[in-house]
Formats: sequence, C-alpha cells, structure tokens
Amino acid sequence: MITKLNHVSIFVLNQDSAFEFYVNKLGFTVHTDAPMGPGMRWLTVCPPEQPDLEITLMAIEDGMLFKAGAAEQMRNLVKKGTFGFGVFECNNLNATYEELKEKGVVFKKPPTKEFYGYEALFVDDSGNWFSLGEKK
Amino acid sequence: MTNHYPKIYFYKRIVQAKIFMDTHFGEAIDLHNIADEAYFSKFHFIRLFKTVYGNTPHQYLTKVRIEAAKMLLQKQTSMTETCFAVGFDSISSFSGLFKKYTKTTPSTYQQQFKKRQAQIKLNPLQFIPGCFAQQKGWMKKAIFKMFPEETMPTFTT
Repeated sequence: MITKLNHVSIFVLNQDSAFEFYVNKLGFTVHTDAPMGPGMRWLTVCPPEQPDLEITLMAIEDGMLFKAGAAEQMRNLVKKGTFGFGVFECNNLNATYEELKEKGVVFKKPPTKEFYGYEALFVDDSGNWFSLGEKK
Repeated sequence: MTNHYPKIYFYKRIVQAKIFMDTHFGEAIDLHNIADEAYFSKFHFIRLFKTVYGNTPHQYLTKVRIEAAKMLLQKQTSMTETCFAVGFDSISSFSGLFKKYTKTTPSTYQQQFKKRQAQIKLNPLQFIPGCFAQQKGWMKKAIFKMFPEETMPTFTT
C-alpha cells in the first residue's frame, strides 16, 4: 500500500525567483539545492511543519521533460494562471493573509467564508495559484 | 464590511508586531516596546499573540533567533559570532536553547550541514528521485562531460 507522499512538483518560470518567493516570502525551508551543471539546478523546499514533504521547484525548460516546443506552451499556461497546484494550511488565515500581503504576495481572493470553509487564494511568482485555509 | 474592519485592524497590529520581531531579532528587543507599538497592553498583547500564533511573543522570538542562527551556522559563521548576531547575550543560553529546539548543539549542526553539502556536491543524484533524474537526463554521465569540471556533479555508481 502507498504510505506517504514525499515529493511533489511545482513548475516555475524561474528558479531564482521561485526561491525568493517560496523561501523569503512564504517562509519555506530549503531541503536540497543542488547545482546539476550549467543552468541546471535541483531545488526542493518544505513547508515549515512538513520537513519530509519536498516541493520540487521545477524549471520549465526544453529538454527530455518538455520536448518540441512543449516548454514554451507550458510556460504560457503557467503565466496565464492555468494551474492550481495545492492547498496550504495555516494556523490563522486572517493573520497569515495580512502578513503575506505585507510581504508582497498577490492574492486572487482575500479570506472568504465559502460553503466549504474559510479560504483565500494566492498566486506565486510564476502564476501558479494555491488555496490557503485554516487548520481544522 | 463595516463589521469586518475592526477585525482586519486587529490582525494588522498583531502581524506588525510579528514582522518587527522577524526583522529586529538581532537587537535587544523589549516586549513592552512591541506591545506599545501594537497599541496593546503587555498582558493583552501576549494573550492575543499566543491565540494567533500558538506561542508567546518571547517563545516566538526565540524560535526566530534559532532559525536565524541555523542560517548563519550554515554559512560557517563561528558559534560566538552567530550567538550575538541573532540577539542572544550569552553563549550558554544560546547553546542551551539551540539544543532545546533543534535537539543538537550548534557545532554539531554546523558540522552535519557541512557534511551534507559536501555529499550533495559529490553525489547529487543521491538526493534526487531517480525518475526525475532520468527525465531530466541527469542519469547519463556523458551529459556532464561537455561541461567544465568545477560545475559537474560526480557519480558514485
């Protein structure tokens, strides 16, 4: 049986900028930052209270992963805000919202009471969006 | 919206106090001053801060200092320099609190980080799931032959 998730990928336009966003704005911890040759880097971060879940900040670049123009298509889709990669959790949504806004994080939706719960939506530096909710 | 305003204002004040600690942890921070800045009495501030963040301001400040110390130790800053740079006023209290929060001493933490960085440099594929390395073309040793040696990861298998 499957017991846990240990890696999940977020496709980003620029790894340096993603580092600044996820580490310096969201406050995530760097798990592994390994140079893999010129222009290539393996970069994973973790939410502060989830050190065993590595979020891979995956650069969208031409190569084996994206072939024949697929990288450009993917970059455009990410920029357009096509992808919602997950739901993050915090202890207090109002306080976290105010803090992240103060740090320059862009929100598509402020904390809002929906029929399914209390949530906000924010966007990363590439265009990926996430739901942010409170711990139940 | 009118009813929402006081709530937002309340959170803004608490968050400002947190951000103040996040950015001034290296200084001798007086919790009385932070409470004043946030326009709360000291005891009211401590209670509200704990409600929002789950820690008292003092506990939170200690955690921020320990995290900042980890960053400096990772850069191979000396323990003494790190201790004072992050706002502790004695090596013994720094060392004790560091161990309490991280379950290791500052010097052991520093050595372990250095060792891990050396391992990443020597064999990065040890830290990358094989499926991703394969997709990226990093499993093929030959790909690195075209790059200058100092930028190349090495492989043990």
